[in-house]
Amino acid sequence: MAAKRSVIPFGPQHPVLPEPIHIDLVTEDEKVVEAIPSIGFVHRGLEQLVTKKDFGEMVYVAERICGICSFGHGYGYVKTIEHIMGIEPTDRARYIRTMLFELSRMHSHILWLGLMADAFGFESLFMETWKIREKILDMLEAATGGRVIFSIMRIGGLRKDVPDDVMKGFLPELDKVVEGIKACEAAFLSDPAVLGRLKGVGYISKEDAIALGCEGPFLRASGVEHDNRMRGYAAYGDMDFKIITSDEGDSYGRCYVRIHEIYESASIVRQCIEKMPQEGIYVPIKGFPNGEHMTVIEQPRGGACYYVHASGKKFIERMRVRTPTFANIPALAKTLQGCDVADVPILVVTIDPCISCTER
Amino acid sequence: MLDGLEIVELTGLLNNIKAVKTDGFSLMQICATKIDESYEILYTFGKGYDIRNLKTVVREGEHVPSITDMFEAAYLYENEIHDLFGIAVDGINHDYKGTLYRTAEETPFR
Amino acid sequence: MRISKSPWLLHYDGSSCNGCDIEVLASTTPRFDVERFGIVNTGNPKHADIFLCTGGINSQNEDVVRQIYDQMPDPKVVLACGICACDGGIFKDCYNILGGTDTVIPVDVYVPGCAVRPEALIDGVIKALKILDEKAEKMKRGEYKSLTSAEYAEKLKGMKTASDKEKEDENA
Repeated sequence: MAAKRSVIPFGPQHPVLPEPIHIDLVTEDEKVVEAIPSIGFVHRGLEQLVTKKDFGEMVYVAERICGICSFGHGYGYVKTIEHIMGIEPTDRARYIRTMLFELSRMHSHILWLGLMADAFGFESLFMETWKIREKILDMLEAATGGRVIFSIMRIGGLRKDVPDDVMKGFLPELDKVVEGIKACEAAFLSDPAVLGRLKGVGYISKEDAIALGCEGPFLRASGVEHDNRMRGYAAYGDMDFKIITSDEGDSYGRCYVRIHEIYESASIVRQCIEKMPQEGIYVPIKGFPNGEHMTVIEQPRGGACYYVHASGKKFIERMRVRTPTFANIPALAKTLQGCDVADVPILVVTIDPCISCTER
Repeated sequence: MLDGLEIVELTGLLNNIKAVKTDGFSLMQICATKIDESYEILYTFGKGYDIRNLKTVVREGEHVPSITDMFEAAYLYENEIHDLFGIAVDGINHDYKGTLYRTAEETPFR
Repeated sequence: MRISKSPWLLHYDGSSCNGCDIEVLASTTPRFDVERFGIVNTGNPKHADIFLCTGGINSQNEDVVRQIYDQMPDPKVVLACGICACDGGIFKDCYNILGGTDTVIPVDVYVPGCAVRPEALIDGVIKALKILDEKAEKMKRGEYKSLTSAEYAEKLKGMKTASDKEKEDENA
């Protein structure tokens, strides 16, 4: 008997993610044949705030594009403005920024591991990973005063310095985090029940991943060696780290890439603290930005583009942010084709979607 | 100042983009900016760490051709431009017909 | 204080930046552990007693929030989590933001913060528990029934909102 087509709406309110996303799943029995994503439930329209908040205040708006990748958004915007205005931040500012960026990446990846564990029904693993994540949040709080939104960025540098002894105190904590993640790694990458849910699920080939414009761990898990940190912005040029890739192309590969990126990030944070230069954190700025520029940086979820068009006034003309999840949605729709309905939550989580980033 | 910026006429847009694709670039983003009474549309392409930008100017009422034939994933960007700026994009492979962002105020960036 | 019930909570992101949402989730994990009060995070509105709503509510979300609220059984308590849910916060001036949970459904407890801290959130939940008890008590006596979102919208029509007052002040 031929299967009957039916459409299953997924979301916006659903238990997999803390955020609303809606996907229409066209199914034949238990197989998804087409997935049509629709977004807009978190669209605030913050890009238009440039007409109401001046270019300095926009830093705080940019940070609130998303609460998970908040530091990166603040950084991307500030870097773009600094480029337009020809400002070179001090070495100490560059190093502290890099350190905070990597701590953010670690907390974001660990958060994802937890959501993933929750999606495949491993509740205790979810709790364990989030317990480890609290250590990172403690470090971020000690450095900036905030747990998820820091507001430490400023055009020309940082708003406050992080004392050296506070940073030195991070080193033993980092070891504990890495130790904790190593213990969880066994569950994610070798537990047979977990492997059953991850291996071969949501495969995307290297060619498709490039053609569909995938970003970040999603791209690297399909064997593409691309990481925008290699562009050498902030202090990445001075750091020794490698790009983690996997040839699996499936959910397992994405899990592998993210876990190993946590170790790399921990190593970058350590290098930043050990090499931390001693000098000011702020370069005074004069005048208003005039010109346009686009910055590409590597957020936890992949490459993000920040475009600013300014015309020498207090208010810039346009700020545009292309976030990694926005680029990953077409590929997500593709991987959903042909999957089982029961695997949809895992596949949605596997791209590490950040809806508030996507919709701004 | 944008990396590898090229300013092209709207009529020659598709040919220029085809050339970029032939060079092996993939689409990074499309965005629109309102400048006085016209709109600038910026197409950004990447290949490895190289970036190329194409910019075209669209006047009020002009239609933009879709590039989804060449870059399948361009549909989200093109729908976004249509919904937020009210610029008509012809021939999108997945046309949401104005429902990608269901905003309270129609085409808020117009 | 004595907690008489094990209430279940439902969380929905009404156009927030996600910061408050991950803090809501963090408050259910071992460090903060609201589950020690018998609280369970549920996905089904019909199971929920407490509604945690984050974000300033955008026009597309409005009806979703109304539906979730209306589906919850009485007695129920609504918590506005974070400054955006309280009054729109930094996104107040955005074209697509209505400006706070209480523009759509009645709110019982306001928990400010950007992002809201888990400690503050737990404090808010405990306050909500007390309100929940009071409502249950009144319900037993037949003195209370919560407003539906439609009734609430009707009630709002005659009321001045904070932004109306701001406009008046500007004019004066």
